[in-house]
Amino acid sequence: MSTATIDVPEVPTGSRVNYLNAQYGVKSWLFTTDHKRIALLYLVSITLMFFIGGFFAVLMRLHLIEPQGALVQPETYNKLFTMHGVIMVFFFLVPSIPATLGNFLVPLMIGARDLAFPRLNLISWYIYVVGACFTLYAVISGGVDTGWTFYTPYSSSFSHTSVIPTAVGVFITGFSSILTGLNFVVTIHKMRAPGMTWFRLPLFIWAIYATSIIFILGTPVIAITLFLLALERLLHIGIFDPAIGGDPILFQHLFWFYSHPAVYIMILPGMGVMSELVTCFSRKRIFGYSFVAFSSLSIAIISFLVWGHHMFVTGQSIYAGLIFSVLSFLVAIPSAVKVFNWTATLYKGSISYDAPMLYALGFIGLFTMGGLTGLFLASLATDVHLNGTYFIVAHFHYIMVGGAVMAYLGGIHFWWPKITGRLYPDGWARFAALVIFVGFNLTFFPQFMLGYLGMPRRYAVYPAEFQVFNVMSSAGASILGIGYLIPLIYLTWSMRYGPAAGPNPWGAKGLEWTTPSPPPTENFEEIPVVTEDAYDYAESTVNRG
Amino acid sequence: MTVHSAHPPGFAHQFEDMEQQREADSLGMWVFLLTEIMFFGGLFATYIIYRALYLPAFEIGSHQLEVRFGALNTAVLIGSSLTMALAIHSAQVGKRRAQVGFLITTMILGAAFLAIKFTFEWHHDYVEHLVPGLGFVIRPEWGAAGQHVPMFFCFYFFMTGLHALHMIIGIGVLTVLTIMAHRGRFTPEYYAPLEVSGLYWHFVDIVWIFLFPLLYLIGGRYMGAGH
Repeated sequence: MSTATIDVPEVPTGSRVNYLNAQYGVKSWLFTTDHKRIALLYLVSITLMFFIGGFFAVLMRLHLIEPQGALVQPETYNKLFTMHGVIMVFFFLVPSIPATLGNFLVPLMIGARDLAFPRLNLISWYIYVVGACFTLYAVISGGVDTGWTFYTPYSSSFSHTSVIPTAVGVFITGFSSILTGLNFVVTIHKMRAPGMTWFRLPLFIWAIYATSIIFILGTPVIAITLFLLALERLLHIGIFDPAIGGDPILFQHLFWFYSHPAVYIMILPGMGVMSELVTCFSRKRIFGYSFVAFSSLSIAIISFLVWGHHMFVTGQSIYAGLIFSVLSFLVAIPSAVKVFNWTATLYKGSISYDAPMLYALGFIGLFTMGGLTGLFLASLATDVHLNGTYFIVAHFHYIMVGGAVMAYLGGIHFWWPKITGRLYPDGWARFAALVIFVGFNLTFFPQFMLGYLGMPRRYAVYPAEFQVFNVMSSAGASILGIGYLIPLIYLTWSMRYGPAAGPNPWGAKGLEWTTPSPPPTENFEEIPVVTEDAYDYAESTVNRG
Repeated sequence: MTVHSAHPPGFAHQFEDMEQQREADSLGMWVFLLTEIMFFGGLFATYIIYRALYLPAFEIGSHQLEVRFGALNTAVLIGSSLTMALAIHSAQVGKRRAQVGFLITTMILGAAFLAIKFTFEWHHDYVEHLVPGLGFVIRPEWGAAGQHVPMFFCFYFFMTGLHALHMIIGIGVLTVLTIMAHRGRFTPEYYAPLEVSGLYWHFVDIVWIFLFPLLYLIGGRYMGAGH
């Protein structure tokens, strides 16, 4: 997709005014309304949360090296997996791609100066920070041990840990998601550049749009659910506790009504990133643009109808279980459409193996495994065997880490030259991608075995026969941990010492590559006029550099 | 593209023109209201499930409420929606004094709603020991259903409290709008803040239209089927 005016002045980085050097000082960051700066604020915050959440995971894996537990008391172990889950789900995965890459790219990709509501965007970040503070306070004040799912009545009547501060933190952060989603929807509807029709939008935008719909419709329900939970805990009114007249299954219905769609909040933006990476590094148009675009929307819609598959064994009626099972199989169709279309895009493309592409190829393999094992769990009979075991843990980590985090890192590596105006060392980046891929599989593939053999999740101890797989998993986790630290180091290094990136180092299509790197505060010298479809790689001579 | 030198009042730099800005503001509020519907929707769904499970207790609870005050408040709120709509109309035809007058009337009606709610209803409930967590007393004449009456009141206070919170936020917004209107910030070309705040105000009104029958009128006590 090119514009009528591709006129990028060849001025070396540093002498040109861009969004990074337009203003200096802490205040210019804390009071900015520039979507690009807010994206960087989010990037710093969620990276911090990612490493805190990852730290808990490392402690867990260390503990599980020995069958009787090597490190902590069982009570502490319960807190470790809870804090890991809460922080990773609500404070890293949900905001990860939308709040960083989405914030940065949505206006750039559609040819706008900013999001529709820049101040609201800044407020969203502050709300996120306040929510994160509550949750971190809960960590310091003794932790929380309910599991990230907060199942009642344990969470409302029995747990003696900081349930309320955690729930308040999640509740508050939810509004950050809602407002971000609102901002994206309005921006995508109303602020597209002239000629940027819906079917010329990059597929990343379609994915962000679908994600925003889930933010808007799902998040309020978890907010009200956590509010009711806090109310029950404070006033001892039976809402969810059966001993005082409540219904614990209702909590699970309400919780999963949000939390299953939330899975797609985490994976849909990653799928959007994938469409950008696969097309750029195979120099081809996407195979079946409209199928990929509508599969995002259908995933968003169907995701609201499948929550009951989390409750096959918790006393919901067999007929509800049957229907939820069928609907869960349905959601596999649009997901598979995407995987097949990416693969078809690769076919006969001129593929190059830059670091972002390595993450993208990793995503295709790992997401396919994560998705297919999801079908095991959507089948009523096999789910009875696998529910509550490490099979579940492995399945959703293949989606969440193998899918979402791989896509997130791929996206960060792809747009890093645009964000910072600098190139990172390519060799290190490819090496890190490889380390992460190996570490990830070594961590989580043994957990499929463990789960299939019957090892339950969330236990601090296990029978000695499971030790080999657990040691493998823990060894993988340490490799994975190192894999995540390497990009942290060289990306930080590149911000100061990396060679200057041109406006379009990958020879990629898309409006964001037509503006200088880093972009000026107003994004474009002049609002572009779009005359071509997305991913118009075939008809242009590709010049890299 | 549009030259940026000519800034109409209230124009934000990220937009191309006033029309685009007005459409974005309006869509933004509609999307926000969608979120609000899901927010209250989760609560209403929970309420309806427990109402079905514990209907006798919920009827007893409902009968403790003063339907007169609820009905009066319904009228007050509908009136405030009318004055809100009239305030927007005054902005469209450029009548500044009428704008301010209607906005202040809307605020007064909103405040009257809250006053009736807090002083006549919530205070009365407190005196009658009907507030869960603050000395709720289960009365013997309620019989076996009595143990679940606190749940009704829990929902009653939570739902009306959340609604009242929305009213308070609305009155805060109206205060700002009144000052802006007084300073002549709204013209027939630019009145988007009034319009989107009006949408919000009507939404809060509609939530009450659902709350009133759900909380006050269940059990059909005026249809001869009551207890």
